[in-house]
Amino acid sequence: MVNLKVNIGSLELKNPVLTASGTFGYGTEFTDFIDLSRLGGFIVKGTTLEPREGNDYPRMAETPSGMLNAVGLQNKGVDYFIEKIYPQITEYGSTPIVNVSGAKIEDYVAVCEKLGSQTDIKAIEVNISCPNVKQGGMAFGTTAAGAAQVTKAVRQAFPGIVIVKLSPNVTDITEIAKAVEAEGADSVSLINTLMGMAIDVERRKPMLSTITGGLSGPAVRPVAVRMVWQTAKAVGIPVVGLGGIMNGRDALEFILAGATAIEVGTANFIDPAVTIGIVDYIEEYCSRHGVRDIRELIGAINQ
Amino acid sequence: MKKEKKDFIVVENCCLSPIYSLLKLAPADGAELSAVRPGQFVQVSVDGSKTTFLRRPISICRLDRQSNHLWLLVRLAGEGTAALLSLAEGSRLNLILPLGNGFPLPEGACRILLVGGGVGVAPLLQLGIELAEKGYKPEILLGARSQSDLLLVDEFRKIGTVHLSTDDGSAGERGVVTLNTAIRIGWDRIYCCGPAPMMKAVAGVARNIGAECYVSLENMMACGLGACLCCVEKTVKGNVCVCTEGPVFDIKDLTW
Repeated sequence: MVNLKVNIGSLELKNPVLTASGTFGYGTEFTDFIDLSRLGGFIVKGTTLEPREGNDYPRMAETPSGMLNAVGLQNKGVDYFIEKIYPQITEYGSTPIVNVSGAKIEDYVAVCEKLGSQTDIKAIEVNISCPNVKQGGMAFGTTAAGAAQVTKAVRQAFPGIVIVKLSPNVTDITEIAKAVEAEGADSVSLINTLMGMAIDVERRKPMLSTITGGLSGPAVRPVAVRMVWQTAKAVGIPVVGLGGIMNGRDALEFILAGATAIEVGTANFIDPAVTIGIVDYIEEYCSRHGVRDIRELIGAINQ
Repeated sequence: MKKEKKDFIVVENCCLSPIYSLLKLAPADGAELSAVRPGQFVQVSVDGSKTTFLRRPISICRLDRQSNHLWLLVRLAGEGTAALLSLAEGSRLNLILPLGNGFPLPEGACRILLVGGGVGVAPLLQLGIELAEKGYKPEILLGARSQSDLLLVDEFRKIGTVHLSTDDGSAGERGVVTLNTAIRIGWDRIYCCGPAPMMKAVAGVARNIGAECYVSLENMMACGLGACLCCVEKTVKGNVCVCTEGPVFDIKDLTW
């Protein structure tokens, strides 16, 4: 038997496979395809204090080995989440993690307080890296001071595990990670999408209503692996790795680069059952390599 | 209706023109096809194209119980659909299905017109067949640029009276479908699928003649499952996913 359990601070996950926010809905969209209880956890879509309509259509463009999106955090707000969604998702036998976003520090705090007092959610992922909203979002995540400010406020407002999701659209992601760690974050997850742009040359029009958007999919994976490797060396807290993971091999690449857990994002759009295949592959890989505990593999590259 | 991811075999790839193919698919496991509602769609995995990353949403054109075949009408739009058009018989194709809401069927007496443009005729075939099975006598109005772009006309003739409109007058009446004399007759309900400008024009006619009208949208999608929130349409209820709340909408709910 291989031990696949990992810890993000005091939170134990049954395996390192999570789903990335904004790519897995509330989990309910995937119950026809997978048994969610087999996942280490699932991170539900970005939740804000007030409902948000998101950006105008078109919000998506297919690109080489990936896609651009500009959804803009469309969601029905934290109260709706607590009342309608939360009771359902606790039934799945996995660990729901809520991705929290906001335009102002006070909004992040208000969402965290509501989640902390009205639910038994064990962990939140704080989105300071969304490239598709005008205010807040990535603005907090691109400076160490801004990232620290949000982390400090959220840390005080939420009693459980705080994972801060970092933007790759920065000069040195390790500086941001260190600032977030210093303010008490339990973990960092990276990378959010890379800012990109695509143009329809026949119409001479941007492919997205917002002109720029966030690039995801295997196109970004080498960038993400590099950033996870750098960050894991720079901080003492666990790193959650994501960016273009399509299969079990890709997931292991992140773990070997130093990730304690991984998130599967865009791949869910192509194969709604991909996460289960990843869990199985990791287990099979460990058996094949004589690894008895997945934690032996974290950061274990031969140099 | 439970969604599933399932392998199919291409039994026939009927080339209708250089840019249209009708793919007839059978479940690879030989199992009987599960029921679908007319107007639902599938997400097709495209393996033969290096540049195609996402699945392609395609309407279910026909679910033939007798042969246990699923028909997909494919129009050449880019490299992904080009790969589908060139599929050899016997190829394997992975589908996620059934997706979306489908067309609501009427209850009680109803004079029905189906209006299809281009590849948009696809979901109307299964709809027409099911309406006819329920005893309705739908008429069909098909529009295209010219005669060679009219699709599945013989199949529609098995259902009911077919009216044609072509831009160049090479078949039926010259001009767009909203100029066809057939559309002005008193209909209780119009079902429409085609290019967005055509559907908007048909919606306008439906309002004028006081008919109910359902349209099927084809906004660009990533997941098809309501998870990515990319395919949204602005409605009276705000932005909603075309893949789960649609693709069929009552025009009263749209902001057209």
